[in-house]
Amino acid sequence: MEYFLQLFFSGLSKGSVYALIALGYTMVYGIIELINFAHGEIYMIGAFTGLIVAGLLTALGWPALAILAIAVVVAMVYSGAYGYTVEKIAYKPLRNAPRLAPLISAIGMSIFLQNYVMLAQTPDFLPFPRLIPDLAFMQKYNSFLGTSDLLIIVTSIVVMAALNFFIKFTRMGKAMRATAQNRKMAMLVGVNVDQVISATFIIGSSLAAVGGVLIASHMGQINFYIGFIAGLKAFTAAVLGGIGSIPGAMLGGLVLGWTESFATGYVSSDYEDVFAFLLLVLILIFRPAGLLGKQRAQKV
Amino acid sequence: MASQQLAKNFKQSVVAALWLSFLTMPLMVIRVDTVEKTITWRWMHLLWMLVGSFVLALVWYFLMDRRDRGGANDGNLNTEAAPSRFSIWLNNPRVARPLMAFGLLFAVAFPFLFSMYQTNILISALIYVVLGLGLNITVGLAGLLDLGYVAFYAVGAYAYALLNYHFHLGFWAVLPLGGILGAFFGILLGFPVLRLRGDYLAIVTLGFGEIVRLVLQNWDAFSFGPSGISNIARPGFFGVTYSVSQATTYIYYIMLAFVLLTIFVTARLKDSRIGRAWLALREDEIACQAMGIDNTKAKLLAFAMGATFAGFMGVVFAAKTTFINPASFTFMESAMILAIVVLGGMGSIPGVILGAFLLMLMPEYMRAFSQYRMLLFGATMIVVMVFRPQGLIKARRKIYKVNTKPAGQA
Amino acid sequence: MKARWILSVAGVAMAGLLMVGCGKKDEQKTDAANATASSDKIVIGVAGAQSGDLASYGLPTLNAAKLVAKEVNAKGGINGKKVEILPMDDQCKPELATNAATKLVSEKVNLVIGHICSGATKAALPIYKDAKVIVISPSATSTELTQSGDYPNFFRTISYDLVQGKAGAEFAENTLHVKKVAIIHDKGDYGKGIAESAKTALEEGKQAKVVLFEGITPGGVDYSAVVQKIKNSGADCVIFGGYHPEASKIIIQMHQKGLKIPFVSDDGVKVDTFIKTAGADAEGVYATGPQILADNAIYKKAIEDHKKDFGSDPGAFFPQAYAASQALMNAVAKAGSTDYDKVAAALRSEYVETPVGKIKFDSKGDAEGVSFSVYQVKNGKYELVK
Repeated sequence: MEYFLQLFFSGLSKGSVYALIALGYTMVYGIIELINFAHGEIYMIGAFTGLIVAGLLTALGWPALAILAIAVVVAMVYSGAYGYTVEKIAYKPLRNAPRLAPLISAIGMSIFLQNYVMLAQTPDFLPFPRLIPDLAFMQKYNSFLGTSDLLIIVTSIVVMAALNFFIKFTRMGKAMRATAQNRKMAMLVGVNVDQVISATFIIGSSLAAVGGVLIASHMGQINFYIGFIAGLKAFTAAVLGGIGSIPGAMLGGLVLGWTESFATGYVSSDYEDVFAFLLLVLILIFRPAGLLGKQRAQKV
Repeated sequence: MASQQLAKNFKQSVVAALWLSFLTMPLMVIRVDTVEKTITWRWMHLLWMLVGSFVLALVWYFLMDRRDRGGANDGNLNTEAAPSRFSIWLNNPRVARPLMAFGLLFAVAFPFLFSMYQTNILISALIYVVLGLGLNITVGLAGLLDLGYVAFYAVGAYAYALLNYHFHLGFWAVLPLGGILGAFFGILLGFPVLRLRGDYLAIVTLGFGEIVRLVLQNWDAFSFGPSGISNIARPGFFGVTYSVSQATTYIYYIMLAFVLLTIFVTARLKDSRIGRAWLALREDEIACQAMGIDNTKAKLLAFAMGATFAGFMGVVFAAKTTFINPASFTFMESAMILAIVVLGGMGSIPGVILGAFLLMLMPEYMRAFSQYRMLLFGATMIVVMVFRPQGLIKARRKIYKVNTKPAGQA
Repeated sequence: MKARWILSVAGVAMAGLLMVGCGKKDEQKTDAANATASSDKIVIGVAGAQSGDLASYGLPTLNAAKLVAKEVNAKGGINGKKVEILPMDDQCKPELATNAATKLVSEKVNLVIGHICSGATKAALPIYKDAKVIVISPSATSTELTQSGDYPNFFRTISYDLVQGKAGAEFAENTLHVKKVAIIHDKGDYGKGIAESAKTALEEGKQAKVVLFEGITPGGVDYSAVVQKIKNSGADCVIFGGYHPEASKIIIQMHQKGLKIPFVSDDGVKVDTFIKTAGADAEGVYATGPQILADNAIYKKAIEDHKKDFGSDPGAFFPQAYAASQALMNAVAKAGSTDYDKVAAALRSEYVETPVGKIKFDSKGDAEGVSFSVYQVKNGKYELVK
């Protein structure tokens, strides 16, 4: 039982990370039906920005938690700005193009950003200061859940709740939902669609940055390639939960995290990804729009 | 008018340069080491960034203007753009035949004109031409987005490598087998995904590709795991053994024949009954079914046909590199093949060929830029897509001219 | 119908024409390169992953070669000829490795440092062998590369899987006296090769039992599940085959979960980056590697030069790459030319002072004179375990 719980919490913290990144995929997809392959790279850029801020502030001798907070905020701003710019350069000119064209420019963007960071910084792994302190009261639960795991889980829950609130009740949130449902109609009722799309990219990208900084600080290292696998997994999670649905991203992330964790624990980590993808295939066969996705009838 | 435009572009470019410099400032300028607590400032980079992005922005806006102005003419949704003068000229048999003859002659003479390196990378490009044309059937014609195409390629490659290792089967014996195995796996993948549409299909095929790779990586007893299989025999020719450069030339001719065959087959397929069914399937599944087309059969056939070519190419690939391991069959490879199809022009055979040449040869010829080549490669993909979203060579649909005199009024 | 068919073929023709343009230019350049190569330059190809996910293992080698070349050139070159470094990226992919190899062969380069990954090396070696090119790898550890005897043109400055895995396993059972060992690897050809030879060695030694043998996905965001599994297996020692990023993530998470058992790893972990990324958690980690004496003046200077020229600490396999570059350039100097047989003979007979010791190569191509030892991280530094 203890072993089961340990694996359960491992999966929970891993799943929360996937969920945080998956939000960006799911939001963008919901609005413009594009798999934003460069999203993993935005996560990576967030982590790098966090590292630079942390480096500057550690040199000044600030306390760890303050550094963490500022690093997260600055990383969010920069990742948001990157997301905005990426959309303007690579996707906006393709809004009326065939459906696969933006997908290819997204793959190009992903390759470009990886190599840009590699050249601007370094190809090697860089140490990232571990800014999350080990809280005293968590000590006795450490074999289940560390402080940083807890922080990651709590953050993703808070973010998820805030985002849901934002989408449901604010003006921009409503505009987003309207655009997602029918872009042309939204335009007709006076929604500035360009603005909505930009806002979506900015929000999705800054959420990825939160994940980037927290995970980097948890793992103690980053390099230019960390976005690729994280992005691929998060994308899987988004589809699993039902792409376009925000609670779906959370659920998908958790299901994916647990699958990997239990597969590792009870079978073999050699095949954890095989199990993850098999689960995905099975779920999509029985629920072709994901766990919480809307099962839409085909219009005739 | 023109000067106004120029002034506007100039202003926009200044803004863009400032914005991009702000954006890239932390990563380009600052380098930190949090262990030694050192910070390196590289302000020179900011200057380059400012100047560089200004120039690029100027070019970008200039091209965007041209694109948008041009777009007003041929961007109309419902008309097939009139064929350009160039393509009419090309379609003229008097021009096309000699050109074709010359091209063929050149291709045949190629290994004798250029070095082994040139031949070698041309083989790679030709392999990708066939892969692109194969995927074009699934994606371009039938509209089924497949992100795990590389799995079939892996199936062919491992089929040859393993059969060669265990039973010393030759290239020619395994070649048809590779195709059959590819088709078999295509159908295997096709069945579970029949109900899925669009991007859900994409992620399941992606998952399938990854599963195949992971199994090859972890199942040591079967596939030798990550250390791969080496010393795979090159193709034989009635017991003649070749040196490396002779073998390269030989494989080149095999590939050349293969490409011609593939072009022929795919061109015929496109205009066949099943090809029409695929096109209908791509445009509207329900309408297609209503027209009496068996959707299931058409989809499975699309997967199987596409996968067959990948299976063939896998065998050639294994024979060419003489060594394979799972590192060659990652998701990025599938993405590259898809990029060939989309960049070249979905559904267009010359487009796919051009796309394969561009994407496979560009990184090779950019070796001179060494570390910058992948950066430029990514940028090229974006630029081509932005300025030619239909692909380099747009697929032209066959237009049937029907006499449209309404029957009732005479 | 006919028209379209013709158009397709015309497409091929056009693409072909395009090729002529590019090809011609390239050919001319090649000729120019040849002309100069024979007269006043010695061109050394450096092949390996220089972009993509494994670039961090390939670029340090390029840097090492550049540094050695710079030093040699500052002293007037080899026999009056300047050394030039020609980088060739293969992204550690077999097919790109064959392209890189044929490119080097076509440019008449007959000295190569590389490739980085065993897989890429295996794909490229037949081409080099056919063209009589000397290849020295700083990091291709696959046992069969030298031990099979298939490749007389191949040399390496790193010890191979069998030696490394065995060294780690023997250290664990004979010195640490552990009874239950968990072996973890990164599913790569390097890590898994080492993990497997460690497993074989432990099974033959019969003193310790292998309780867990698992691969992890490199680049994963979290390894806590596998750490829990190690804990659950009751292992009292972990042997890890792979590179430093995963090693550092695992050791950090092991300590977080209160699992403090010895951690034994390989050459890929015995780099300073590991100590930096794992921080305090690196303390006590064992890693096998070539013996680099603390007062080795060459290595100290190499690190200084690297910091000066590239603004950072050297990365993985840097000492081995530095040694390979030195050995190669020395052999050319001793042979008096770049002739294949002469250089190969010189590599096998002439000792060179390098960061990894005073070395030459045996008949199979493995380095002699590299003393192989176990290191432990103490106070933020790798120190020799006596």
